Amino acid sequence: MASRGFLGRRRPAREDLPPAQYDVGADWPVLTAEVTPRIDPERWTMSVDGLVEEPRTWTWAGLHEQPESEYQGPIHCVTTWSKLDTRFAGVSVDLLLDAARPRPEATHVLATSTTGYTTNLPLEQVRGGQAWVVWSFDGQPLSRDHGGPARLLVPALYFWKSAKWVTRLTLLDHDERGFWERNGYHDLGDPWREQRYHGD
Amino acid sequence: MTATPSLPAPGPWRRAVVAEVRHPHPRTAALRLELPGRVPHLPGQHYVVRLTAEDGYAAARSYSLASAPSDPLLELFVEELDDGEVSPYLTEAVELGDELEIRGPIGGWFVWDGQSPAVAVGGGTGVVPLVAMLRHARHLGTLDRLRLAVSARTLAELPYADELAAGGAVVALSRQASASGRSAGRLIAAELAPLVVPDATYFVCGSAAFATGASDLLLELGVDPTAVRVERFGASG
Repeated sequence: MASRGFLGRRRPAREDLPPAQYDVGADWPVLTAEVTPRIDPERWTMSVDGLVEEPRTWTWAGLHEQPESEYQGPIHCVTTWSKLDTRFAGVSVDLLLDAARPRPEATHVLATSTTGYTTNLPLEQVRGGQAWVVWSFDGQPLSRDHGGPARLLVPALYFWKSAKWVTRLTLLDHDERGFWERNGYHDLGDPWREQRYHGD
Repeated sequence: MTATPSLPAPGPWRRAVVAEVRHPHPRTAALRLELPGRVPHLPGQHYVVRLTAEDGYAAARSYSLASAPSDPLLELFVEELDDGEVSPYLTEAVELGDELEIRGPIGGWFVWDGQSPAVAVGGGTGVVPLVAMLRHARHLGTLDRLRLAVSARTLAELPYADELAAGGAVVALSRQASASGRSAGRLIAAELAPLVVPDATYFVCGSAAFATGASDLLLELGVDPTAVRVERFGASG
Protein backbone atom coordinates (compact mmCIF):
# COMPACT_ATOMS: atom_id res chain seq x y z
CA MET A 1 0.00 0.00 0.00
CA ALA A 2 1.55 3.31 -1.01
CA SER A 3 1.37 6.14 1.54
CA ARG A 4 0.04 9.28 -0.14
CA GLY A 5 2.93 11.58 -0.94
CA PHE A 6 5.59 9.62 0.95
CA LEU A 7 8.95 9.64 -0.78
CA GLY A 8 11.24 8.48 2.01
CA ARG A 9 14.73 9.63 2.57
CA ARG A 10 16.81 7.34 0.39
CA ARG A 11 20.33 6.52 1.21
CA PRO A 12 22.75 4.99 -1.24
CA ALA A 13 21.83 1.33 -1.51
CA ARG A 14 24.12 -0.94 0.42
CA GLU A 15 24.26 -4.65 -0.06
CA ASP A 16 24.74 -5.25 3.65
CA LEU A 17 21.44 -3.56 4.64
CA PRO A 18 18.63 -6.13 5.09
CA PRO A 19 15.01 -5.39 4.10
CA ALA A 20 13.33 -2.41 5.85
CA GLN A 21 16.47 -1.54 7.84
CA TYR A 22 18.05 1.92 7.80
CA ASP A 23 21.59 3.04 8.44
CA VAL A 24 21.84 4.75 11.82
CA GLY A 25 25.25 6.17 10.97
CA ALA A 26 27.50 7.05 13.89
CA ASP A 27 24.70 6.65 16.46
CA TRP A 28 24.28 3.53 18.49
CA PRO A 29 20.85 3.50 20.15
CA VAL A 30 20.58 1.86 23.56
CA LEU A 31 17.54 -0.37 23.97
CA THR A 32 17.28 -2.47 27.08
CA ALA A 33 14.38 -3.71 29.13
CA GLU A 34 16.04 -3.73 32.52
CA VAL A 35 18.18 -1.63 34.80
CA THR A 36 21.73 -1.41 33.47
CA PRO A 37 23.82 -3.46 35.90
CA ARG A 38 27.18 -2.48 37.38
CA ILE A 39 29.36 -5.54 36.97
CA ASP A 40 32.80 -5.86 38.49
CA PRO A 41 34.85 -7.76 35.88
CA GLU A 42 36.81 -9.36 38.74
CA ARG A 43 33.60 -11.05 39.88
CA TRP A 44 32.15 -11.73 36.43
CA THR A 45 32.44 -15.23 34.96
CA MET A 46 31.51 -16.82 31.66
CA SER A 47 30.16 -20.38 31.78
CA VAL A 48 29.20 -23.03 29.26
CA ASP A 49 26.95 -25.72 30.74
CA GLY A 50 23.98 -27.96 29.98
CA LEU A 51 24.51 -30.77 27.46
CA VAL A 52 28.30 -30.66 27.39
CA GLU A 53 30.94 -33.23 28.30
CA GLU A 54 32.77 -30.80 30.53
CA PRO A 55 30.99 -27.72 31.96
CA ARG A 56 33.45 -24.83 31.91
CA THR A 57 33.71 -21.46 33.62
CA TRP A 58 36.18 -18.71 32.77
CA THR A 59 37.08 -15.69 34.85
CA TRP A 60 37.61 -12.28 33.22
CA ALA A 61 41.37 -12.84 33.32
CA GLY A 62 41.07 -16.43 32.15
CA LEU A 63 39.00 -15.45 29.13
CA HIS A 64 41.51 -12.76 28.21
CA GLU A 65 44.25 -15.40 28.12
CA GLN A 66 42.45 -17.02 25.17
CA PRO A 67 43.32 -15.98 21.61
CA GLU A 68 41.49 -12.75 20.77
CA SER A 69 39.10 -12.76 17.86
CA GLU A 70 37.57 -9.81 16.02
CA TYR A 71 34.34 -9.13 14.13
CA GLN A 72 34.06 -6.33 11.58
CA GLY A 73 30.76 -5.68 9.84
CA PRO A 74 27.16 -4.63 10.33
CA ILE A 75 24.72 -5.19 13.21
CA HIS A 76 20.93 -5.08 12.80
CA CYS A 77 18.36 -4.14 15.45
CA VAL A 78 14.77 -5.39 15.14
CA THR A 79 13.57 -1.80 15.71
CA THR A 80 14.85 -1.19 12.12
CA TRP A 81 18.20 0.50 12.65
CA SER A 82 21.38 -1.06 11.40
CA LYS A 83 24.88 0.02 12.28
CA LEU A 84 27.39 -0.66 9.56
CA ASP A 85 31.13 -1.16 9.76
CA THR A 86 31.32 -2.01 13.47
CA ARG A 87 34.40 -3.54 15.02
CA PHE A 88 34.19 -5.76 18.10
CA ALA A 89 36.84 -7.85 19.82
CA GLY A 90 36.64 -10.72 22.28
CA VAL A 91 36.77 -14.49 21.99
CA SER A 92 35.04 -16.77 19.54
CA VAL A 93 32.16 -18.82 20.93
CA ASP A 94 33.67 -21.75 19.00
CA LEU A 95 36.59 -21.67 21.39
CA LEU A 96 34.30 -21.86 24.44
CA LEU A 97 32.21 -24.65 22.94
CA ASP A 98 35.26 -26.63 21.86
CA ALA A 99 36.55 -26.51 25.42
CA ALA A 100 33.23 -27.69 26.89
CA ARG A 101 32.56 -30.26 24.12
CA PRO A 102 28.82 -30.23 23.34
CA ARG A 103 27.14 -33.63 23.44
CA PRO A 104 25.80 -34.95 20.13
CA GLU A 105 22.17 -34.40 21.21
CA ALA A 106 22.71 -30.64 21.81
CA THR A 107 20.78 -28.61 19.22
CA HIS A 108 20.15 -25.21 20.82
CA VAL A 109 21.73 -22.66 23.14
CA LEU A 110 20.10 -20.48 25.77
CA ALA A 111 22.20 -17.42 26.59
CA THR A 112 21.69 -15.91 30.07
CA SER A 113 22.75 -12.48 31.33
CA THR A 114 23.59 -11.33 34.85
CA THR A 115 20.23 -9.50 34.85
CA GLY A 116 18.29 -12.70 34.15
CA TYR A 117 17.74 -11.74 30.49
CA THR A 118 17.73 -14.79 28.23
CA THR A 119 17.69 -15.47 24.49
CA ASN A 120 17.60 -18.68 22.48
CA LEU A 121 19.68 -19.65 19.45
CA PRO A 122 20.12 -22.74 17.31
CA LEU A 123 23.56 -24.23 18.05
CA GLU A 124 24.51 -24.05 14.37
CA GLN A 125 24.04 -20.24 14.48
CA VAL A 126 26.80 -19.80 17.06
CA ARG A 127 29.21 -22.27 15.42
CA GLY A 128 31.66 -21.77 12.58
CA GLY A 129 32.94 -18.27 13.39
CA GLN A 130 29.48 -16.68 13.68
CA ALA A 131 29.42 -15.75 17.38
CA TRP A 132 31.65 -14.08 19.95
CA VAL A 133 31.78 -13.00 23.56
CA VAL A 134 33.07 -9.44 23.11
CA TRP A 135 34.49 -6.86 25.51
CA SER A 136 35.60 -4.09 23.19
CA PHE A 137 34.04 -1.90 20.52
CA ASP A 138 36.17 0.15 18.14
CA GLY A 139 39.20 -0.57 20.26
CA GLN A 140 37.60 0.74 23.49
CA PRO A 141 36.20 -1.25 26.42
CA LEU A 142 32.52 -2.03 25.83
CA SER A 143 30.43 0.48 27.81
CA ARG A 144 27.87 -0.63 30.41
CA ASP A 145 24.97 0.62 28.31
CA HIS A 146 26.07 -1.55 25.41
CA GLY A 147 26.52 -4.65 27.55
CA GLY A 148 29.92 -4.14 29.16
CA PRO A 149 31.99 -5.64 30.50
CA ALA A 150 31.06 -8.41 28.05
CA ARG A 151 28.19 -9.30 25.74
CA LEU A 152 27.33 -11.99 23.26
CA LEU A 153 27.69 -11.01 19.60
CA VAL A 154 25.76 -12.89 16.91
CA PRO A 155 25.73 -10.34 14.10
CA ALA A 156 23.93 -12.54 11.56
CA LEU A 157 20.75 -12.30 13.66
CA TYR A 158 18.73 -9.35 15.00
CA PHE A 159 20.64 -7.76 17.83
CA TRP A 160 18.40 -8.80 20.73
CA LYS A 161 20.06 -12.22 20.25
CA SER A 162 23.41 -10.63 21.15
CA ALA A 163 22.69 -10.71 24.89
CA LYS A 164 24.21 -7.84 26.88
CA TRP A 165 26.00 -8.70 30.14
CA VAL A 166 26.12 -12.37 29.09
CA THR A 167 27.37 -14.80 31.72
CA ARG A 168 26.24 -18.24 30.61
CA LEU A 169 25.56 -20.38 27.55
CA THR A 170 23.44 -23.46 28.26
CA LEU A 171 23.28 -26.22 25.66
CA LEU A 172 19.90 -27.89 25.23
CA ASP A 173 18.40 -30.66 23.10
CA HIS A 174 15.38 -28.44 22.30
CA ASP A 175 14.56 -24.80 21.65
CA GLU A 176 13.59 -22.90 24.80
CA ARG A 177 12.27 -19.38 24.34
CA GLY A 178 14.16 -16.52 25.93
CA PHE A 179 12.91 -13.17 27.19
CA TRP A 180 11.82 -11.39 24.00
CA GLU A 181 10.91 -14.65 22.30
CA ARG A 182 8.33 -15.28 25.05
CA ASN A 183 7.08 -11.76 24.40
CA GLY A 184 6.22 -12.23 20.76
CA TYR A 185 9.59 -11.96 19.02
CA HIS A 186 10.84 -14.53 16.54
CA ASP A 187 12.69 -17.67 17.66
CA LEU A 188 15.44 -17.32 15.03
CA GLY A 189 15.44 -13.61 14.07
CA ASP A 190 17.13 -13.63 10.65
CA PRO A 191 17.19 -10.01 9.39
CA TRP A 192 17.46 -11.11 5.75
CA ARG A 193 14.15 -12.93 6.10
CA GLU A 194 12.67 -10.14 8.28
CA GLN A 195 11.91 -12.56 11.10
CA ARG A 196 10.89 -9.93 13.65
CA TYR A 197 7.86 -11.47 15.35
CA HIS A 198 6.33 -14.90 15.81
CA GLY A 199 4.92 -16.11 12.54
CA ASP A 200 7.18 -13.98 10.30
CA MET B 1 13.57 -10.43 34.98
CA THR B 2 10.69 -12.68 35.77
CA ALA B 3 8.70 -14.28 33.01
CA THR B 4 5.50 -12.61 31.95
CA PRO B 5 2.64 -14.60 30.51
CA SER B 6 2.92 -14.77 26.76
CA LEU B 7 0.79 -12.28 24.91
CA PRO B 8 -0.56 -12.95 21.45
CA ALA B 9 1.87 -12.31 18.59
CA PRO B 10 1.14 -9.14 16.63
CA GLY B 11 -1.08 -9.86 13.67
CA PRO B 12 -0.18 -9.06 10.07
CA TRP B 13 0.10 -5.54 8.65
CA ARG B 14 -3.32 -3.88 8.66
CA ARG B 15 -4.77 -0.66 7.30
CA ALA B 16 -6.00 1.81 9.88
CA VAL B 17 -7.96 4.94 9.03
CA VAL B 18 -6.94 8.26 10.56
CA ALA B 19 -10.05 9.40 12.46
CA GLU B 20 -8.60 12.38 14.35
CA VAL B 21 -5.49 14.51 14.00
CA ARG B 22 -4.33 16.95 16.66
CA HIS B 23 -1.11 18.93 16.89
CA PRO B 24 -0.87 19.58 20.64
CA HIS B 25 2.55 21.22 20.30
CA PRO B 26 4.58 22.38 17.32
CA ARG B 27 6.25 19.40 15.64
CA THR B 28 4.00 16.81 17.30
CA ALA B 29 0.87 14.93 16.35
CA ALA B 30 -1.65 12.86 18.25
CA LEU B 31 -3.13 10.52 15.66
CA ARG B 32 -6.31 8.63 16.51
CA LEU B 33 -6.79 5.60 14.32
CA GLU B 34 -9.68 3.33 13.59
CA LEU B 35 -8.70 -0.33 13.26
CA PRO B 36 -11.72 -2.62 13.19
CA GLY B 37 -11.29 -6.01 14.86
CA ARG B 38 -7.96 -5.11 16.39
CA VAL B 39 -6.11 -7.33 18.89
CA PRO B 40 -6.71 -5.97 22.43
CA HIS B 41 -3.66 -4.21 23.89
CA LEU B 42 -2.35 -3.39 27.34
CA PRO B 43 -0.95 0.00 28.38
CA GLY B 44 2.76 0.10 27.53
CA GLN B 45 2.48 -1.73 24.23
CA HIS B 46 3.32 -0.14 20.90
CA TYR B 47 2.45 -0.33 17.23
CA VAL B 48 4.72 -0.16 14.20
CA VAL B 49 3.78 2.27 11.44
CA ARG B 50 5.05 1.52 7.92
CA LEU B 51 5.19 4.10 5.16
CA THR B 52 5.63 2.95 1.59
CA ALA B 53 6.58 5.05 -1.45
CA GLU B 54 5.07 4.45 -4.90
CA ASP B 55 8.10 2.38 -5.94
CA GLY B 56 7.89 0.10 -2.91
CA TYR B 57 10.57 1.77 -0.77
CA ALA B 58 9.40 1.38 2.84
CA ALA B 59 10.33 2.71 6.27
CA ALA B 60 8.83 1.59 9.59
CA ARG B 61 9.05 2.96 13.14
CA SER B 62 7.49 2.06 16.50
CA TYR B 63 5.17 4.34 18.49
CA SER B 64 3.72 3.79 21.95
CA LEU B 65 -0.02 3.90 22.42
CA ALA B 66 -1.53 6.66 24.54
CA SER B 67 -5.00 5.13 24.39
CA ALA B 68 -6.56 2.80 26.92
CA PRO B 69 -7.72 -0.64 25.82
CA SER B 70 -11.32 0.53 26.33
CA ASP B 71 -10.89 3.39 23.81
CA PRO B 72 -12.64 2.57 20.52
CA LEU B 73 -9.73 4.24 18.70
CA LEU B 74 -5.94 3.74 18.88
CA GLU B 75 -4.01 6.88 19.79
CA LEU B 76 -0.38 7.32 18.77
CA PHE B 77 1.68 10.31 19.84
CA VAL B 78 4.46 11.27 17.45
CA GLU B 79 7.22 13.79 17.94
CA GLU B 80 9.04 15.00 14.85
CA LEU B 81 12.71 14.16 15.13
CA ASP B 82 15.46 16.18 13.52
CA ASP B 83 16.63 14.21 10.52
CA GLY B 84 13.67 11.84 10.97
CA GLU B 85 12.24 9.90 8.06
CA VAL B 86 8.87 8.65 9.30
CA SER B 87 8.06 11.16 12.05
CA PRO B 88 7.99 14.28 9.81
CA TYR B 89 5.46 12.58 7.54
CA LEU B 90 3.27 11.63 10.51
CA THR B 91 3.43 15.08 12.11
CA GLU B 92 3.10 17.14 8.93
CA ALA B 93 1.57 15.22 6.04
CA VAL B 94 -1.04 12.93 7.57
CA GLU B 95 -4.63 14.10 7.20
CA LEU B 96 -8.03 12.97 8.36
CA GLY B 97 -9.22 9.98 6.37
CA ASP B 98 -5.74 8.84 5.32
CA GLU B 99 -4.93 5.16 5.58
CA LEU B 100 -1.88 4.08 7.54
CA GLU B 101 -0.34 0.65 7.51
CA ILE B 102 0.21 -0.51 11.09
CA ARG B 103 1.09 -3.67 12.99
CA GLY B 104 0.64 -4.53 16.63
CA PRO B 105 0.18 -4.48 19.51
CA ILE B 106 3.79 -5.35 20.31
CA GLY B 107 5.64 -5.86 23.58
CA GLY B 108 4.89 -8.10 26.53
CA TRP B 109 7.29 -6.77 29.15
CA PHE B 110 6.68 -3.06 29.55
CA VAL B 111 2.96 -3.55 30.16
CA TRP B 112 0.65 -2.87 33.09
CA ASP B 113 -2.48 -4.92 33.75
CA GLY B 114 -4.25 -2.04 35.51
CA GLN B 115 -4.52 -4.00 38.76
CA SER B 116 -1.15 -4.56 40.43
CA PRO B 117 0.55 -1.65 42.23
CA ALA B 118 2.61 0.33 39.73
CA VAL B 119 4.93 3.32 39.81
CA ALA B 120 5.65 4.84 36.41
CA VAL B 121 8.32 7.43 35.63
CA GLY B 122 8.44 9.01 32.18
CA GLY B 123 10.53 11.67 30.49
CA GLY B 124 9.58 13.67 27.38
CA THR B 125 7.66 11.53 24.90
CA GLY B 126 8.38 8.65 27.29
CA VAL B 127 5.22 9.75 29.12
CA VAL B 128 3.02 8.43 26.30
CA PRO B 129 2.67 4.86 27.63
CA LEU B 130 2.05 6.39 31.08
CA VAL B 131 -0.96 8.20 29.62
CA ALA B 132 -2.31 4.85 28.47
CA MET B 133 -1.78 3.51 32.00
CA LEU B 134 -3.56 6.50 33.53
CA ARG B 135 -6.52 6.23 31.17
CA HIS B 136 -6.75 2.48 31.79
CA ALA B 137 -6.71 2.99 35.57
CA ARG B 138 -9.39 5.66 35.27
CA HIS B 139 -11.54 3.29 33.23
CA LEU B 140 -11.08 0.41 35.67
CA GLY B 141 -11.40 2.57 38.79
CA THR B 142 -7.91 1.56 39.96
CA LEU B 143 -6.26 4.99 40.10
CA ASP B 144 -5.18 4.24 43.69
CA ARG B 145 -2.78 1.58 42.35
CA LEU B 146 -0.91 3.83 39.94
CA ARG B 147 1.64 6.50 40.90
CA LEU B 148 3.20 8.70 38.25
CA ALA B 149 6.17 11.01 37.93
CA VAL B 150 6.89 12.82 34.67
CA SER B 151 9.62 15.09 33.43
CA ALA B 152 10.32 17.44 30.53
CA ARG B 153 12.38 20.53 29.93
CA THR B 154 9.37 22.87 29.98
CA LEU B 155 5.64 22.41 30.50
CA ALA B 156 5.06 23.15 26.82
CA GLU B 157 7.32 20.22 25.94
CA LEU B 158 5.49 17.76 28.21
CA PRO B 159 2.97 15.76 26.16
CA TYR B 160 -0.44 15.41 27.84
CA ALA B 161 0.70 17.78 30.62
CA ASP B 162 -2.80 18.74 31.82
CA GLU B 163 -4.09 15.20 31.82
CA LEU B 164 -1.04 13.89 33.71
CA ALA B 165 -1.20 16.69 36.29
CA ALA B 166 -4.92 16.06 36.79
CA GLY B 167 -4.06 12.39 37.31
CA GLY B 168 -1.84 13.32 40.25
CA ALA B 169 1.51 12.97 38.52
CA VAL B 170 4.59 14.53 40.09
CA VAL B 171 5.76 16.97 37.41
CA ALA B 172 9.45 17.89 37.21
CA LEU B 173 10.55 20.55 34.72
CA SER B 174 14.29 20.77 34.22
CA ARG B 175 14.42 24.24 32.58
CA GLN B 176 11.39 26.02 33.95
CA ALA B 177 10.07 26.94 37.39
CA SER B 178 6.55 25.58 37.85
CA ALA B 179 3.43 27.46 38.93
CA SER B 180 3.41 25.43 42.15
CA GLY B 181 6.77 26.91 43.14
CA ARG B 182 9.09 24.08 42.15
CA SER B 183 12.29 25.57 40.78
CA ALA B 184 13.77 24.35 37.52
CA GLY B 185 15.73 21.14 37.88
CA ARG B 186 15.83 17.47 37.15
CA LEU B 187 13.69 14.92 38.95
CA ILE B 188 15.31 14.09 42.30
CA ALA B 189 15.08 11.13 44.63
CA ALA B 190 13.12 13.11 47.24
CA GLU B 191 10.33 13.60 44.69
CA LEU B 192 10.16 9.89 43.91
CA ALA B 193 10.47 8.74 47.52
CA PRO B 194 6.75 9.23 48.39
CA LEU B 195 5.78 7.14 45.35
CA VAL B 196 7.73 4.05 46.38
CA VAL B 197 5.49 1.28 47.72
CA PRO B 198 6.21 -2.35 48.61
CA ASP B 199 5.51 -4.91 45.89
CA ALA B 200 5.11 -2.31 43.14
CA THR B 201 6.35 -2.81 39.62
CA TYR B 202 8.32 0.21 38.39
CA PHE B 203 8.05 1.40 34.81
CA VAL B 204 10.68 3.78 33.49
CA CYS B 205 10.30 5.23 30.00
CA GLY B 206 12.27 7.86 28.12
CA SER B 207 15.55 8.54 26.39
CA ALA B 208 18.52 6.34 27.28
CA ALA B 209 19.92 9.13 29.47
CA PHE B 210 16.61 9.72 31.24
CA ALA B 211 16.02 6.00 31.78
CA THR B 212 19.46 5.55 33.31
CA GLY B 213 19.01 8.58 35.59
CA ALA B 214 15.52 7.59 36.74
CA SER B 215 16.56 3.97 37.33
CA ASP B 216 19.50 5.14 39.42
CA LEU B 217 17.16 7.30 41.55
CA LEU B 218 14.89 4.32 42.18
CA LEU B 219 17.82 2.11 43.18
CA GLU B 220 19.02 4.88 45.52
CA LEU B 221 15.62 4.66 47.20
CA GLY B 222 16.11 0.95 47.79
CA VAL B 223 13.97 -0.35 44.93
CA ASP B 224 14.91 -3.87 43.83
CA PRO B 225 16.38 -3.65 40.29
CA THR B 226 14.40 -6.71 39.25
CA ALA B 227 11.18 -4.78 39.96
CA VAL B 228 12.11 -2.11 37.38
CA ARG B 229 11.01 -2.41 33.77
CA VAL B 230 12.63 -0.04 31.33
CA GLU B 231 11.63 1.19 27.89
CA ARG B 232 14.28 3.31 26.20
CA PHE B 233 13.59 5.36 23.15
CA GLY B 234 16.42 5.04 20.71
CA ALA B 235 17.27 7.66 18.15
CA SER B 236 14.95 6.47 15.44
CA GLY B 237 13.01 8.88 13.35
